[in-house]
Amino acid sequence: MSARDVVITGVGLVSSLGDGLEAHAAALADPALVKLDATSFAPYPVHPTPALEYDKQIAKKLDQKQMEPWQRLGTYAAGLALDMAGLKGDKDRLANMLMVVAAGGGERDYAVDGQILTKLPYEAKPGDFLNERLMSDLRPTLFLAQLSNLLAGNISIVHGVTGASRTFMGEEQSGVDAVRIAVERIRARQGDSFLVGGSFNAERPDSLLIWAMGRMLRKGAHAPVWNRNDDPGFMLGSGGAFLVLEAREVAMARGATALATIAGIDSRRSKHQPGAVAKSLGACFTAAGPILTGKRTAVLSGATGVAPITGEELSAIKAALPEAPIRATGTRFGHMMEAQFPAGIALAVQALHAGALFPPAAGAPDEAASSAAPEAIAVTCVGHQRGEGLAVITRAE
Amino acid sequence: MKDRQGRPVIVVTGMGLVTSLGQGKSDNWAALTAGKSGIRRIRRFPVEGLKTTIAGTVDFVPAEPFCAAQLSENFARLAAEEAVSQAAVGTRGNFPGPLFVAVPPVEIEWPQRLAVTKAAAVAGDVTYADLLRVAESPEFRPWHELFLFGTVADRLADTFGTKGSPISLSTACSSGATAIQLGVEALRRGEADAALCIGTDGSVQAEALIRFSLLSALSTHNDPPEAASKPFSKNRDGFVMGEGAAALVLETYAAARARGARILGVVAGCGEKGDGFHRTRSSPDGAPVIAALRAAIADAGLTPDDIDYINAHGTSTPENDRMESLGCTTVLGERMKSVPISSNKSMIGHTLTAAGAVEAVISLMTLEHQRIPPTINYAVPDPLIALDVVPNVARDAKLTGVLSNSFGFGGQNTVLVFTTEPKR
Repeated sequence: MSARDVVITGVGLVSSLGDGLEAHAAALADPALVKLDATSFAPYPVHPTPALEYDKQIAKKLDQKQMEPWQRLGTYAAGLALDMAGLKGDKDRLANMLMVVAAGGGERDYAVDGQILTKLPYEAKPGDFLNERLMSDLRPTLFLAQLSNLLAGNISIVHGVTGASRTFMGEEQSGVDAVRIAVERIRARQGDSFLVGGSFNAERPDSLLIWAMGRMLRKGAHAPVWNRNDDPGFMLGSGGAFLVLEAREVAMARGATALATIAGIDSRRSKHQPGAVAKSLGACFTAAGPILTGKRTAVLSGATGVAPITGEELSAIKAALPEAPIRATGTRFGHMMEAQFPAGIALAVQALHAGALFPPAAGAPDEAASSAAPEAIAVTCVGHQRGEGLAVITRAE
Repeated sequence: MKDRQGRPVIVVTGMGLVTSLGQGKSDNWAALTAGKSGIRRIRRFPVEGLKTTIAGTVDFVPAEPFCAAQLSENFARLAAEEAVSQAAVGTRGNFPGPLFVAVPPVEIEWPQRLAVTKAAAVAGDVTYADLLRVAESPEFRPWHELFLFGTVADRLADTFGTKGSPISLSTACSSGATAIQLGVEALRRGEADAALCIGTDGSVQAEALIRFSLLSALSTHNDPPEAASKPFSKNRDGFVMGEGAAALVLETYAAARARGARILGVVAGCGEKGDGFHRTRSSPDGAPVIAALRAAIADAGLTPDDIDYINAHGTSTPENDRMESLGCTTVLGERMKSVPISSNKSMIGHTLTAAGAVEAVISLMTLEHQRIPPTINYAVPDPLIALDVVPNVARDAKLTGVLSNSFGFGGQNTVLVFTTEPKR
């Protein structure tokens, strides 16, 4: 049996730039527009969650209450994608729809942690003290907001997507592999219809702590990810991105509109030694060569701003596609970790649909202006610690 | 050789196992068939003030620093070593296929939070802002990598030389089974001839235990520890946390035969079904559990009549065991009264993220030895669960088709089917 074509029939995107694809197109049209919260987690600026009417996608207040912010963002974005795909409320199809979700873990109770840490260093029996405080102060249901697979669980409950879900973990690369596995399964007839994506809450001091420890966070002034040599690193962004992926024949049979095609997907792993990212991403482009040949291509990069991998990514892109205009999503809505790659694909769909790429970011000389309508968009993702990914998104035909 | 649906037949050629009963398949098998329990009083942290003070901890594997992330990595490494050596596929450090690892939630733990707090030297109330202020101090740098979700898989990929982007996954308490399912699917797609599938969990630490305790999920029958986990019994009162890891080398039958590998069993089928009823509870009618069981049997090209033993999820919680009984009885019908079903968790506790893989290895050993490990602590039968739970004593049996069930929070239901011989 021949491999099947994979099309995108729904896209849901939420970030600091707004709610949905159209809001993003409008915000991205302004080259200098960036939403930053520089004070809440100083010295680390973050791109904050936009104002959202959660009721629009999460009807029951009780469900909203049971979720922490990362789950609400993801469940909201998933709802947008299902809406666009015309699947919202289609009980029978949703009951068979599969999910691959890219997720980290959930929020902690910062007040409880702070109270415990205030006293813990002075306790004669710190273990006993910890037990007592955690037993009495932890909210029982908080655990359910912390489990990685409970974003998928909440999407099942709220939207009725109950074919089966799998949750991938592992920072940026889990987003790449979530898309890859869904695409390969559709091609191989191991599933017809998938909801794929992830979400990330940047406004979390506990997760900022981890990346601060690794010195991965940029402090101070915002700059395009390509131009952060003074203080390399990322500025985290809150948001969520989900895609509905279907076998073309399945989408056509239900009368859905194919928004774009996933023509290629690649994920690799290199040790991030100097030069390795350029080589690995270069190999992704070489493998995608036959798909890209003859198509006017643009690049949407998920680059972090971490050195030297961001510079290596830029040179790999320029070496592979010297004519292609480049845009970095991380410059505009920050680094959404697990959701960064699905978010890049979401914007690729938007650009193909609009027949135009959004303008270069202010102060980013590597991002050339382009007025021609792209025929293919290469979406890249290089994890801050590990993993390299490339998707080629083309017009639906 | 292809299966009935024209796909490559997937076999197991290597297995490794670490549980509270010991390291390696043979020690575990001896203990499991002797009805021994690995549940003991927790020694690694104070249990003062806790309702549950027991667990199936693995206390013979060191970890530095001692945290769930490092412990889980170390368990996985031991299990994978055993599996890869047995399979003898590829060359050392050069495994010829992808890696799928079920890993527990990774997070900074209290010892690290405390260390950062001390470094911050705060006079008054501590907040995360204080912690962030000193986070970039060089002494904390290794914790960045240690507490990333992808690190366990990344390091295992380095050691074993697996190919491609390694996948870390969670489907809560069915994660281990999902790792195997992902491996089966990759081989059926023809992406490789071999896959390394691992489930690991070393997360018995105070906060993890308290989280389950606050959800009233754990047994509080602490004395004696070895009697606490009593799946299918009327007086069951929750699960007991366990630790461990299991690894399986999957290969296509064709590739295994071509290199003359010993075939330990066949992964004949995988089935799964989501449940949108509730975050922790199953649909009351059992429909998703039933659907997962049926999907697995159908995927294997079998009928319920071909199943002659079920390795139960059998957590010993009131809810799980009742729903699992309902599901199995619905799918296997009248026959279920005479089909043995036993729970390894009665002896090793609930190894959580690892459970699906741990119990898959035990299911395959059950087939290999034609002997069923018992459900221990079965003294007070639950009249609502009229099943042959292989009470207390192991039993010889003639087995060709075995189910292994895994269910998890968040509506996760995964079922695997193992057989001795490939069904053409």
